[in-house]
Amino acid sequence: MSDVGTKELRIVGFLCNWCSYGGADTAGVGRFKQPTDLRIIRVPCSGRVDPLFVVRALLTGADGVLVSGCHPRDCHYSEGNYYARRRLEMLRRLLQFMGIDEKRFHYTWVSASEGQKWQQVVTDFTKQVHELGPLHDKKEKAD
Amino acid sequence: MSTEKLKEIILKVLPDVDTVIGWQEGFDKIHITPFFMKSPEDAEKAVWNSLCVQNLAAYLPSLKKKTAVIVKGCDSRTIVQYMQEGLIDRSNVVIIGIPCTGVVSVKKVLKAVDYQPIEDVKFSDEKIIIKTSKGEKTLAIADVCPDKCKTCQYPTPIVYDHLAGDPIESTKPAESVYEDIKEFEKKSLEERRDYFKNEFDKCIRCYACRNACPMCVCQDSCIAETRDPHWITQKLSSEEKMMFHMIHAVHLAGRCVECGECERVCPMDIPVAKLKKKINSEMKELFDYVPGVNPEDKPPMYTFNVEEAKIKEHKL
Repeated sequence: MSDVGTKELRIVGFLCNWCSYGGADTAGVGRFKQPTDLRIIRVPCSGRVDPLFVVRALLTGADGVLVSGCHPRDCHYSEGNYYARRRLEMLRRLLQFMGIDEKRFHYTWVSASEGQKWQQVVTDFTKQVHELGPLHDKKEKAD
Repeated sequence: MSTEKLKEIILKVLPDVDTVIGWQEGFDKIHITPFFMKSPEDAEKAVWNSLCVQNLAAYLPSLKKKTAVIVKGCDSRTIVQYMQEGLIDRSNVVIIGIPCTGVVSVKKVLKAVDYQPIEDVKFSDEKIIIKTSKGEKTLAIADVCPDKCKTCQYPTPIVYDHLAGDPIESTKPAESVYEDIKEFEKKSLEERRDYFKNEFDKCIRCYACRNACPMCVCQDSCIAETRDPHWITQKLSSEEKMMFHMIHAVHLAGRCVECGECERVCPMDIPVAKLKKKINSEMKELFDYVPGVNPEDKPPMYTFNVEEAKIKEHKL
Protein backbone atom coordinates (compact mmCIF):
# COMPACT_ATOMS: atom_id res chain seq x y z
CA MET A 1 0.00 0.00 0.00
CA SER A 2 1.36 3.33 -0.99
CA ASP A 3 2.19 5.86 1.62
CA VAL A 4 0.30 8.50 -0.34
CA GLY A 5 -2.97 6.87 0.57
CA THR A 6 -4.25 5.77 -2.83
CA LYS A 7 -3.59 2.64 -4.80
CA GLU A 8 0.06 2.03 -5.46
CA LEU A 9 1.45 3.07 -8.83
CA ARG A 10 4.52 1.86 -10.63
CA ILE A 11 7.39 4.27 -10.57
CA VAL A 12 10.76 3.20 -11.89
CA GLY A 13 13.89 4.82 -10.52
CA PHE A 14 17.27 4.67 -12.25
CA LEU A 15 19.85 5.48 -9.62
CA CYS A 16 23.56 5.85 -10.06
CA ASN A 17 25.58 3.48 -7.96
CA TRP A 18 27.89 6.07 -6.45
CA CYS A 19 25.65 8.88 -5.27
CA SER A 20 21.91 8.44 -5.48
CA TYR A 21 21.88 4.75 -4.66
CA GLY A 22 24.01 5.58 -1.66
CA GLY A 23 21.66 8.45 -0.87
CA ALA A 24 18.70 6.09 -0.95
CA ASP A 25 20.63 3.75 1.32
CA THR A 26 21.38 6.59 3.71
CA ALA A 27 17.68 7.41 3.79
CA GLY A 28 16.94 3.77 4.58
CA VAL A 29 19.58 3.51 7.29
CA GLY A 30 18.24 6.75 8.79
CA ARG A 31 14.79 5.15 8.79
CA PHE A 32 13.20 8.02 6.91
CA LYS A 33 9.65 7.18 5.93
CA GLN A 34 9.22 6.93 2.14
CA PRO A 35 6.41 5.94 -0.21
CA THR A 36 6.83 2.45 -1.61
CA ASP A 37 5.76 3.05 -5.21
CA LEU A 38 9.31 3.44 -6.42
CA ARG A 39 11.17 0.44 -7.82
CA ILE A 40 14.86 1.15 -7.93
CA ILE A 41 17.20 -0.03 -10.67
CA ARG A 42 20.84 0.51 -9.90
CA VAL A 43 23.00 1.69 -12.79
CA PRO A 44 26.74 2.41 -12.76
CA CYS A 45 26.26 6.08 -13.64
CA SER A 46 23.47 8.39 -14.74
CA GLY A 47 25.35 8.49 -18.04
CA ARG A 48 24.43 4.83 -18.40
CA VAL A 49 20.76 5.74 -18.57
CA ASP A 50 19.79 5.56 -22.20
CA PRO A 51 16.79 7.84 -22.77
CA LEU A 52 15.20 4.76 -24.30
CA PHE A 53 15.22 3.06 -20.87
CA VAL A 54 12.81 5.72 -19.77
CA VAL A 55 10.70 5.44 -22.90
CA ARG A 56 10.56 1.67 -22.62
CA ALA A 57 9.52 1.88 -18.99
CA LEU A 58 6.77 4.38 -19.72
CA LEU A 59 5.48 2.42 -22.69
CA THR A 60 5.40 -0.93 -20.95
CA GLY A 61 3.68 -0.16 -17.72
CA ALA A 62 5.44 2.42 -15.60
CA ASP A 63 3.41 5.42 -14.50
CA GLY A 64 6.44 7.53 -13.76
CA VAL A 65 10.21 7.42 -14.14
CA LEU A 66 12.80 9.03 -11.92
CA VAL A 67 16.45 9.30 -12.83
CA SER A 68 18.95 10.39 -10.25
CA GLY A 69 22.71 10.75 -10.37
CA CYS A 70 25.62 12.54 -8.78
CA HIS A 71 25.56 16.31 -8.67
CA PRO A 72 27.27 17.99 -11.64
CA ARG A 73 31.05 18.13 -10.93
CA ASP A 74 30.73 15.14 -8.58
CA CYS A 75 30.38 12.31 -11.08
CA HIS A 76 32.40 9.25 -10.11
CA TYR A 77 33.44 9.00 -13.77
CA SER A 78 34.07 12.76 -14.01
CA GLU A 79 31.62 13.53 -16.79
CA GLY A 80 28.89 10.91 -17.08
CA ASN A 81 26.20 13.07 -15.60
CA TYR A 82 26.98 15.95 -17.96
CA TYR A 83 26.06 13.76 -20.90
CA ALA A 84 23.05 12.47 -18.98
CA ARG A 85 21.87 16.00 -18.33
CA ARG A 86 21.76 16.82 -22.05
CA ARG A 87 20.08 13.58 -23.02
CA LEU A 88 17.48 13.65 -20.29
CA GLU A 89 16.61 17.27 -20.96
CA MET A 90 16.10 16.38 -24.62
CA LEU A 91 13.93 13.45 -23.59
CA ARG A 92 11.86 15.50 -21.17
CA ARG A 93 10.92 17.89 -23.94
CA LEU A 94 10.26 15.08 -26.39
CA LEU A 95 7.96 13.16 -24.04
CA GLN A 96 5.91 16.24 -23.44
CA PHE A 97 5.61 16.73 -27.21
CA MET A 98 4.40 13.17 -27.62
CA GLY A 99 1.66 13.68 -25.14
CA ILE A 100 3.18 12.14 -22.04
CA ASP A 101 2.90 14.60 -19.19
CA GLU A 102 6.33 15.97 -18.34
CA LYS A 103 5.46 15.48 -14.67
CA ARG A 104 5.74 11.73 -15.13
CA PHE A 105 9.44 12.03 -15.74
CA HIS A 106 11.94 13.68 -13.48
CA TYR A 107 15.70 13.76 -13.29
CA THR A 108 17.63 15.10 -10.37
CA TRP A 109 20.92 14.94 -8.52
CA VAL A 110 21.22 13.41 -5.04
CA SER A 111 24.53 12.67 -3.32
CA ALA A 112 25.24 9.71 -1.05
CA SER A 113 25.02 11.83 2.08
CA GLU A 114 21.69 13.45 1.21
CA GLY A 115 19.32 10.92 2.78
CA GLN A 116 16.95 13.69 3.72
CA LYS A 117 16.90 15.10 0.23
CA TRP A 118 16.29 11.63 -1.20
CA GLN A 119 13.28 11.19 1.02
CA GLN A 120 11.99 14.55 -0.18
CA VAL A 121 12.52 13.70 -3.85
CA VAL A 122 10.77 10.34 -3.60
CA THR A 123 7.88 11.72 -1.61
CA ASP A 124 7.33 14.71 -3.86
CA PHE A 125 7.71 12.77 -7.09
CA THR A 126 5.40 9.98 -5.95
CA LYS A 127 2.86 12.57 -4.94
CA GLN A 128 3.16 14.28 -8.29
CA VAL A 129 2.61 11.03 -10.20
CA HIS A 130 -0.32 10.12 -7.98
CA GLU A 131 -1.96 13.41 -8.83
CA LEU A 132 -1.87 12.39 -12.49
CA GLY A 133 -3.03 8.84 -11.80
CA PRO A 134 -2.16 5.76 -13.81
CA LEU A 135 -0.71 6.22 -17.29
CA HIS A 136 -2.07 2.97 -18.66
CA ASP A 137 -5.58 1.58 -18.58
CA LYS A 138 -4.82 -1.52 -16.63
CA LYS A 139 -7.28 -4.26 -16.06
CA GLU A 140 -7.94 -4.12 -12.37
CA LYS A 141 -7.05 -7.33 -10.65
CA ALA A 142 -9.19 -8.38 -7.76
CA ASP A 143 -7.01 -8.35 -4.71
CA MET B 1 20.21 24.64 -64.39
CA SER B 2 20.57 22.35 -67.33
CA THR B 3 21.37 18.68 -67.44
CA GLU B 4 24.02 19.51 -70.06
CA LYS B 5 26.08 21.50 -67.58
CA LEU B 6 25.83 18.65 -65.11
CA LYS B 7 26.98 16.09 -67.69
CA GLU B 8 29.94 18.29 -68.48
CA ILE B 9 30.99 18.26 -64.83
CA ILE B 10 30.41 14.51 -64.54
CA LEU B 11 32.68 13.87 -67.53
CA LYS B 12 35.29 16.14 -65.99
CA VAL B 13 35.43 14.36 -62.62
CA LEU B 14 34.85 10.80 -63.87
CA PRO B 15 38.53 10.00 -64.61
CA ASP B 16 39.56 10.81 -61.02
CA VAL B 17 36.92 8.78 -59.24
CA ASP B 18 35.65 5.23 -59.13
CA THR B 19 31.97 6.11 -59.42
CA VAL B 20 29.81 9.16 -59.86
CA ILE B 21 26.48 8.81 -58.10
CA GLY B 22 23.67 10.61 -59.85
CA TRP B 23 20.15 10.00 -61.08
CA GLN B 24 18.65 8.32 -64.12
CA GLU B 25 15.19 7.66 -65.40
CA GLY B 26 13.37 4.83 -63.67
CA PHE B 27 10.66 2.47 -64.83
CA ASP B 28 8.41 5.33 -65.82
CA LYS B 29 8.78 9.02 -66.43
CA ILE B 30 7.92 10.12 -62.94
CA HIS B 31 10.21 7.75 -61.05
CA ILE B 32 13.84 8.72 -61.05
CA THR B 33 16.31 6.28 -59.52
CA PRO B 34 19.85 6.59 -58.18
CA PHE B 35 22.46 5.85 -60.80
CA PHE B 36 26.06 4.72 -60.33
CA MET B 37 28.08 6.01 -63.27
CA LYS B 38 31.36 4.35 -64.15
CA SER B 39 31.95 5.30 -67.79
CA PRO B 40 31.44 8.34 -70.05
CA GLU B 41 28.60 6.44 -71.76
CA ASP B 42 26.79 6.24 -68.42
CA ALA B 43 27.13 9.97 -68.00
CA GLU B 44 24.97 10.45 -71.08
CA LYS B 45 22.06 8.83 -69.27
CA ALA B 46 22.28 11.06 -66.23
CA VAL B 47 19.35 13.36 -65.59
CA TRP B 48 18.57 16.31 -63.37
CA ASN B 49 15.09 17.67 -62.83
CA SER B 50 12.66 18.27 -59.99
CA LEU B 51 11.99 14.55 -59.72
CA CYS B 52 15.51 13.78 -58.49
CA VAL B 53 14.37 13.39 -54.93
CA GLN B 54 16.70 10.77 -53.45
CA ASN B 55 19.40 11.83 -51.04
CA LEU B 56 22.43 10.29 -52.72
CA ALA B 57 24.85 11.33 -49.99
CA ALA B 58 23.46 8.45 -47.94
CA TYR B 59 25.61 6.01 -49.91
CA LEU B 60 28.89 7.62 -48.90
CA PRO B 61 29.72 5.98 -45.54
CA SER B 62 29.50 2.51 -47.05
CA LEU B 63 31.78 3.24 -50.03
CA LYS B 64 35.53 2.79 -49.74
CA LYS B 65 36.76 3.99 -53.13
CA LYS B 66 36.90 7.61 -54.17
CA THR B 67 33.41 8.65 -55.15
CA ALA B 68 31.74 11.69 -56.62
CA VAL B 69 28.22 12.42 -55.56
CA ILE B 70 25.62 14.84 -56.90
CA VAL B 71 23.83 16.68 -54.14
CA LYS B 72 21.07 19.23 -53.73
CA GLY B 73 21.25 21.82 -50.98
CA CYS B 74 19.39 19.67 -48.46
CA ASP B 75 21.48 16.59 -49.28
CA SER B 76 24.68 18.52 -48.69
CA ARG B 77 23.75 18.84 -45.02
CA THR B 78 24.07 15.07 -44.80
CA ILE B 79 27.68 15.33 -45.97
CA VAL B 80 28.42 18.08 -43.45
CA GLN B 81 26.96 15.92 -40.69
CA TYR B 82 29.08 12.95 -41.83
CA MET B 83 32.10 15.21 -41.62
CA GLN B 84 31.19 16.30 -38.10
CA GLU B 85 30.85 12.71 -36.99
CA GLY B 86 33.92 11.46 -38.87
CA LEU B 87 31.91 9.03 -40.95
CA ILE B 88 33.50 9.96 -44.25
CA ASP B 89 36.92 11.03 -45.41
CA ARG B 90 36.34 14.34 -47.18
CA SER B 91 39.40 13.86 -49.40
CA ASN B 92 37.79 10.69 -50.73
CA VAL B 93 34.63 12.43 -51.85
CA VAL B 94 34.04 14.79 -54.75
CA ILE B 95 30.88 16.79 -54.26
CA ILE B 96 28.97 18.07 -57.27
CA GLY B 97 26.48 20.57 -55.96
CA ILE B 98 23.24 21.59 -57.62
CA PRO B 99 21.42 24.75 -56.61
CA CYS B 100 17.86 23.50 -56.28
CA THR B 101 14.63 25.44 -56.37
CA GLY B 102 12.54 22.62 -54.95
CA VAL B 103 11.71 19.05 -55.84
CA VAL B 104 8.43 17.27 -56.43
CA SER B 105 6.78 14.78 -54.13
CA VAL B 106 5.88 11.79 -56.30
CA LYS B 107 3.22 10.77 -53.79
CA LYS B 108 1.47 14.11 -54.12
CA VAL B 109 1.63 14.02 -57.92
CA LEU B 110 0.24 10.50 -58.11
CA LYS B 111 -2.55 11.50 -55.80
CA ALA B 112 -3.34 14.52 -57.95
CA VAL B 113 -3.71 12.36 -61.07
CA ASP B 114 -5.75 9.77 -59.22
CA TYR B 115 -3.02 7.10 -59.40
CA GLN B 116 -3.33 6.73 -63.20
CA PRO B 117 -0.33 5.23 -65.00
CA ILE B 118 1.96 8.04 -66.08
CA GLU B 119 2.70 8.28 -69.78
CA ASP B 120 4.82 11.35 -69.93
CA VAL B 121 6.16 14.12 -67.72
CA LYS B 122 7.24 17.54 -68.91
CA PHE B 123 8.49 20.63 -67.15
CA SER B 124 7.83 24.20 -68.07
CA ASP B 125 8.80 27.08 -65.83
CA GLU B 126 7.92 26.06 -62.24
CA LYS B 127 5.21 23.73 -63.51
CA ILE B 128 5.05 20.01 -64.05
CA ILE B 129 2.83 18.63 -66.81
CA ILE B 130 1.68 15.05 -66.29
CA LYS B 131 0.24 13.05 -69.14
CA THR B 132 -1.90 10.04 -68.36
CA SER B 133 -4.36 8.05 -70.44
CA LYS B 134 -7.05 10.39 -69.14
CA GLY B 135 -5.40 13.52 -70.44
CA GLU B 136 -2.90 16.10 -69.30
CA LYS B 137 -2.68 17.75 -65.93
CA THR B 138 -0.57 20.80 -65.10
CA LEU B 139 0.55 21.25 -61.52
CA ALA B 140 2.63 24.01 -60.00
CA ILE B 141 5.78 22.53 -58.46
CA ALA B 142 5.20 24.65 -55.36
CA ASP B 143 1.88 22.84 -54.83
CA VAL B 144 3.28 19.33 -55.05
CA CYS B 145 6.63 19.84 -53.32
CA PRO B 146 7.51 17.91 -50.17
CA ASP B 147 7.03 19.86 -46.94
CA LYS B 148 10.77 20.33 -46.48
CA CYS B 149 10.96 22.49 -49.62
CA LYS B 150 8.38 24.91 -48.26
CA THR B 151 10.81 26.07 -45.58
CA CYS B 152 14.10 25.29 -47.34
CA GLN B 153 16.96 27.35 -45.96
CA TYR B 154 19.77 25.88 -48.01
CA PRO B 155 18.89 25.77 -51.72
CA THR B 156 22.59 25.93 -52.56
CA PRO B 157 24.77 23.12 -51.20
CA ILE B 158 26.78 24.07 -48.11
CA VAL B 159 29.85 22.14 -49.25
CA TYR B 160 30.77 21.38 -52.84
CA ASP B 161 33.76 20.99 -55.15
CA HIS B 162 31.87 21.77 -58.35
CA LEU B 163 28.69 23.74 -58.61
CA ALA B 164 26.40 23.14 -61.54
CA GLY B 165 24.69 26.49 -61.88
CA ASP B 166 24.67 29.77 -60.01
CA PRO B 167 24.24 29.85 -56.22
CA ILE B 168 20.77 30.89 -55.08
CA GLU B 169 19.67 32.40 -51.80
CA SER B 170 16.80 31.08 -49.74
CA THR B 171 13.66 33.17 -49.94
CA LYS B 172 11.96 31.48 -47.00
CA PRO B 173 12.14 33.11 -43.56
CA ALA B 174 14.29 31.21 -41.04
CA GLU B 175 11.51 31.34 -38.44
CA SER B 176 9.20 29.33 -40.67
CA VAL B 177 11.24 26.13 -40.30
CA TYR B 178 9.75 25.02 -36.99
CA GLU B 179 6.40 26.71 -37.39
CA ASP B 180 4.53 23.42 -37.85
CA ILE B 181 6.05 22.13 -34.62
CA LYS B 182 4.94 25.22 -32.73
CA GLU B 183 1.50 24.91 -34.24
CA PHE B 184 1.28 21.25 -33.20
CA GLU B 185 2.33 22.07 -29.65
CA LYS B 186 -0.75 24.21 -29.24
CA LYS B 187 -2.81 21.04 -29.12
CA SER B 188 -3.63 19.55 -25.76
CA LEU B 189 -1.63 16.72 -24.25
CA GLU B 190 -4.38 14.18 -24.98
CA GLU B 191 -4.75 15.34 -28.57
CA ARG B 192 -1.04 14.97 -29.14
CA ARG B 193 -0.97 11.57 -27.53
CA ASP B 194 -3.89 10.34 -29.64
CA TYR B 195 -2.37 11.83 -32.75
CA PHE B 196 0.88 9.92 -32.38
CA LYS B 197 -0.89 6.76 -31.32
CA ASN B 198 -3.07 6.84 -34.43
CA GLU B 199 -0.21 7.72 -36.73
CA PHE B 200 2.20 5.14 -35.39
CA ASP B 201 -0.52 2.50 -35.31
CA LYS B 202 -0.46 2.64 -39.09
CA CYS B 203 3.17 1.52 -39.04
CA ILE B 204 3.79 -1.87 -40.63
CA ARG B 205 7.36 -1.94 -39.34
CA CYS B 206 8.93 -2.31 -42.75
CA TYR B 207 11.81 -0.16 -41.44
CA ALA B 208 11.97 1.68 -44.75
CA CYS B 209 12.37 4.95 -42.85
CA ARG B 210 15.41 3.58 -41.09
CA ASN B 211 16.88 2.08 -44.23
CA ALA B 212 16.50 5.31 -46.14
CA CYS B 213 17.76 7.50 -43.31
CA PRO B 214 21.24 8.80 -44.12
CA MET B 215 22.10 9.17 -40.44
CA CYS B 216 21.02 5.64 -39.47
CA VAL B 217 24.50 4.32 -39.95
CA CYS B 218 24.14 1.20 -37.78
CA GLN B 219 21.94 -0.44 -40.42
CA ASP B 220 22.29 -4.21 -39.89
CA SER B 221 23.18 -3.83 -36.21
CA CYS B 222 20.17 -1.61 -35.50
CA ILE B 223 18.85 -2.34 -32.02
CA ALA B 224 15.34 -2.53 -33.44
CA GLU B 225 16.27 -5.93 -34.85
CA THR B 226 18.96 -7.36 -32.62
CA ARG B 227 18.04 -10.18 -30.25
CA ASP B 228 20.65 -9.17 -27.75
CA PRO B 229 19.81 -6.58 -26.51
CA HIS B 230 16.20 -7.37 -27.25
CA TRP B 231 14.72 -3.88 -27.30
CA ILE B 232 11.56 -4.61 -29.22
CA THR B 233 9.71 -7.81 -29.97
CA GLN B 234 7.83 -8.89 -33.07
CA LYS B 235 4.58 -8.41 -31.21
CA LEU B 236 2.05 -6.40 -33.21
CA SER B 237 1.16 -3.71 -30.71
CA SER B 238 1.15 0.04 -30.67
CA GLU B 239 3.74 0.03 -27.86
CA GLU B 240 6.25 -1.79 -30.02
CA LYS B 241 5.57 0.49 -32.98
CA MET B 242 5.88 3.55 -30.81
CA MET B 243 9.09 2.15 -29.34
CA PHE B 244 10.59 1.71 -32.78
CA HIS B 245 9.87 5.30 -33.71
CA MET B 246 11.26 6.49 -30.40
CA ILE B 247 14.47 4.55 -31.04
CA HIS B 248 14.75 6.23 -34.41
CA ALA B 249 14.06 9.67 -32.98
CA VAL B 250 16.32 9.40 -29.94
CA HIS B 251 19.21 7.96 -31.94
CA LEU B 252 18.92 10.92 -34.29
CA ALA B 253 18.80 13.50 -31.50
CA GLY B 254 20.82 16.46 -32.72
CA ARG B 255 21.86 14.57 -35.86
CA CYS B 256 18.80 14.63 -38.10
CA VAL B 257 19.53 16.76 -41.17
CA GLU B 258 15.86 16.99 -42.12
CA CYS B 259 16.32 15.56 -45.60
CA GLY B 260 12.83 14.08 -45.36
CA GLU B 261 13.81 10.69 -46.74
CA CYS B 262 12.00 8.85 -43.93
CA GLU B 263 8.69 10.45 -44.80
CA ARG B 264 9.24 10.09 -48.52
CA VAL B 265 9.75 6.33 -48.34
CA CYS B 266 7.06 5.60 -45.76
CA PRO B 267 4.44 3.42 -47.46
CA MET B 268 1.87 4.32 -44.81
CA ASP B 269 2.31 8.11 -44.95
CA ILE B 270 3.28 8.42 -41.31
CA PRO B 271 4.79 11.80 -40.35
CA VAL B 272 7.94 10.03 -39.22
CA ALA B 273 10.07 13.16 -39.18
CA LYS B 274 7.89 15.06 -36.74
CA LEU B 275 9.59 13.77 -33.58
CA LYS B 276 13.00 14.45 -35.08
CA LYS B 277 12.03 17.92 -36.08
CA LYS B 278 10.86 18.60 -32.56
CA ILE B 279 14.21 17.46 -31.17
CA ASN B 280 15.99 19.65 -33.69
CA SER B 281 13.97 22.67 -32.65
CA GLU B 282 14.99 21.99 -29.04
CA MET B 283 18.63 21.57 -30.03
CA LYS B 284 18.44 24.97 -31.69
CA GLU B 285 16.98 26.52 -28.59
CA LEU B 286 19.16 24.74 -26.01
CA PHE B 287 22.51 24.62 -27.73
CA ASP B 288 22.06 26.95 -30.70
CA TYR B 289 22.92 24.02 -32.90
CA VAL B 290 21.61 23.19 -36.35
CA PRO B 291 22.66 19.78 -37.70
CA GLY B 292 24.61 19.61 -40.94
CA VAL B 293 25.47 23.25 -41.35
CA ASN B 294 29.00 23.78 -40.10
CA PRO B 295 31.58 20.97 -40.52
CA GLU B 296 33.49 22.29 -37.48
CA ASP B 297 30.53 21.89 -35.08
CA LYS B 298 30.18 19.00 -32.70
CA PRO B 299 26.78 17.27 -32.37
CA PRO B 300 25.31 18.38 -29.02
CA MET B 301 24.83 14.87 -27.66
CA TYR B 302 28.52 14.10 -28.23
CA THR B 303 29.70 16.83 -25.95
CA PHE B 304 28.74 18.91 -22.89
CA ASN B 305 29.38 22.09 -20.98
CA VAL B 306 30.07 21.95 -17.26
CA GLU B 307 27.65 24.84 -16.86
CA GLU B 308 24.71 24.54 -19.21
CA ALA B 309 23.39 28.00 -19.87
CA LYS B 310 19.91 26.93 -20.82
CA ILE B 311 19.27 23.73 -18.86
CA LYS B 312 17.78 24.66 -15.53
CA GLU B 313 17.37 22.25 -12.69
CA HIS B 314 13.77 21.15 -12.45
CA LYS B 315 11.91 21.45 -9.19
CA LEU B 316 9.31 18.98 -8.15
